[in-house]
Amino acid sequence: MVTGRIDFEGDGQIEGAALVDGSRVAVIGGGPAGALFTYFLLDMADRVDLKIDVDIYEPRLFAEPGPIGCNMCGGIISETLVQNLATDGVFLSTDVVQRGIDSYVLHTDVGSVRIATPNDEMRIAAVHRGGGPRDVTESRWESFDHHLLENAVERGANVIHARVDEIGRIDGRPTIKVHGGEPRAYDLAVIATGVNTSLLKSLEGLGIGYLRPKLTKTLIREYLVGADEIGRSLGTSMHVFLLDLPRLEFAAVIPKGDYVTMCLLGEDIDNALAETFAAAPQVRAIMPPGWDPAARSCQCLPHINVHGVDKPFAERVVFIGDSGVTRLYKDGIGAAYRTAKAAARTAIFEGVSEGAFRDHFLPVCRAIQGDNRIGAYAFVLTRVAQRFRILRRAILAIARDEQRPGRRPRLSGVLWDIFSGSAPYGDIFRRMVDPVLAVRGIMALPGVLVATVRGPAAAVAANPNPRR
Amino acid sequence: MSSAALGRFYEDGEVVVHQGDVGDSLFVVQDGLVEILVEEDGSEVVLRTAGRNEVLGEMAIFEHLPRSATIRARGRARILTLDKRNFLRRINEDPSLAFRMIETMSHRVRELSHEVVELQAALAGHGSPAEVVEH
Ligand SMILES: Cc1cc2nc3c(=O)[nH]c(=O)nc-3n(C[C@H](O)[C@H](O)[C@H](O)COP(=O)(O)OP(=O)(O)OC[C@H]3O[C@@H](n4cnc5c(N)ncnc54)[C@H](O)[C@@H]3O)c2cc1C
Repeated sequence: MVTGRIDFEGDGQIEGAALVDGSRVAVIGGGPAGALFTYFLLDMADRVDLKIDVDIYEPRLFAEPGPIGCNMCGGIISETLVQNLATDGVFLSTDVVQRGIDSYVLHTDVGSVRIATPNDEMRIAAVHRGGGPRDVTESRWESFDHHLLENAVERGANVIHARVDEIGRIDGRPTIKVHGGEPRAYDLAVIATGVNTSLLKSLEGLGIGYLRPKLTKTLIREYLVGADEIGRSLGTSMHVFLLDLPRLEFAAVIPKGDYVTMCLLGEDIDNALAETFAAAPQVRAIMPPGWDPAARSCQCLPHINVHGVDKPFAERVVFIGDSGVTRLYKDGIGAAYRTAKAAARTAIFEGVSEGAFRDHFLPVCRAIQGDNRIGAYAFVLTRVAQRFRILRRAILAIARDEQRPGRRPRLSGVLWDIFSGSAPYGDIFRRMVDPVLAVRGIMALPGVLVATVRGPAAAVAANPNPRR
Repeated sequence: MSSAALGRFYEDGEVVVHQGDVGDSLFVVQDGLVEILVEEDGSEVVLRTAGRNEVLGEMAIFEHLPRSATIRARGRARILTLDKRNFLRRINEDPSLAFRMIETMSHRVRELSHEVVELQAALAGHGSPAEVVEH
């Protein structure tokens, strides 16, 4: 067993278990968390002249269309993550980015408003996580997960295309067993399996204090629409919906290259709710004429992590991405980036002991979870807006007014950050309860009341896609 | 070049930032080429060109001084802007974000040292480079 202290020129000693030359690291799952962890681990190891071997266990083939290549997601790469990756040298070329997104359009039953990025720049990326839906005939884009995994391979990682059946421990070191194989011992096991796997349940019995995250079901559909049609209808905007439909909390329609992705979040999400949503006039209005909601290319019902793990680490074991702690509802890949990088930094510079992860990895997880608690309140406010038409009218009136030149985009900024997941929830919440915003709300009230008294006929819904 | 990718397009000759402007952002070239040039007494000296995946304008992050050079598209180029404040905030959480930037700056210092040596040698008509570069 390598329990050591390495010495980077002088005092920088690592107490307890550490990675040394020849150490072996197993990464279970080659999605964004696993691939980014490996990329950063090998990059940082290189910087300190440490020679380590990394095996990534990943059964999916990300270049393939259909379920075998897909990690089921909306495929929005947030503004912050785009910028972080660009700074870290992970280049997202036009081979990967199917559509640059420059705006959000908020749709309600009383109208819509478009909120654009500064300078009308494309600051958000829409991607496919795998090779696309199963009816893809010729894949014109590289999948995001494939791209990240290739980056890790270029750094020297070894990919083992197999599902891990069992994680155990021998002499204090983690062991990995794939179907039909013998357990292999490693100096560090990094769990990056996401939440849509049965492996996590078995890890609860490993005696390391791990308890699975709390999950909820979501729904994703893909529609083949064609790039030109998408350009004419949805454009380069992500479309989000605040509709008063029972059980629906949040819905988004995201334009990709040739496909449109529909994501639903709520209570007991099922097919019936997806049908109701797809038939809503606000959805039909943004889709091309003749679009048939029944003609979908694929559908899946993946789980999402809504309450992270309290102890996402143990001696020589760390849980990153969705299998540990993630961001509530938004920017899950961005959170995977943060936890992956924090785990890599800890492993290289602080060691792989339980204490090292507690002191250096846990604070990043705690920051995300603390922010999620505030996020939960922010989402309560959006839920309230979903229930009361008068509030939806007020939001639209203020946000529209803010689109005029020279107006400070207070509410638009809040909406942008809520929908894009670009800022910490704490930040968003503080701006949500800003007194200036309350004053703007009061000033908008007379107009809103008149519109409400006149009834739905007077709604501003005549402009479902403000770009047209 | 796809019109639906990250960043925004700059046409040939369009200026991304002017020398002398106060800088509050960094830039990452997504596609095409840009040139970095210094304007002095009405004439221009192109210092270098930069292409895909290169980060530019990073001096604005560390100094409160006007931009030392102009960045201009050579041919059609697509550029992504990174906001200085958000960038510093992210570095505060994750100092390793600065690794690559420091690496880039260190390469540039090395290149500049090399150029200084060459210029000194050219000016002197002879000379010992070792006397000039001491790092
Ligand atoms: C409906 C929906 C929409 C979403 N939209 C977005 C969005 O637009 N933007 C965003 O940033 N986030 C979004 N997310 C969240 C995002 O999908 C996750 O946060 C992100 O995928 C987490 O990355 P990960 O690497 O932790 O896990 P995953 O992406 O789930 O990857 C886990 C990997 O582990 C592998 N694996 C699993 N079990 C094993 C095993 N036993 N052995 C070996 N390998 C294994 C899997 O094959 C997979 O490749 C969305 C989620 C849902 C459900």
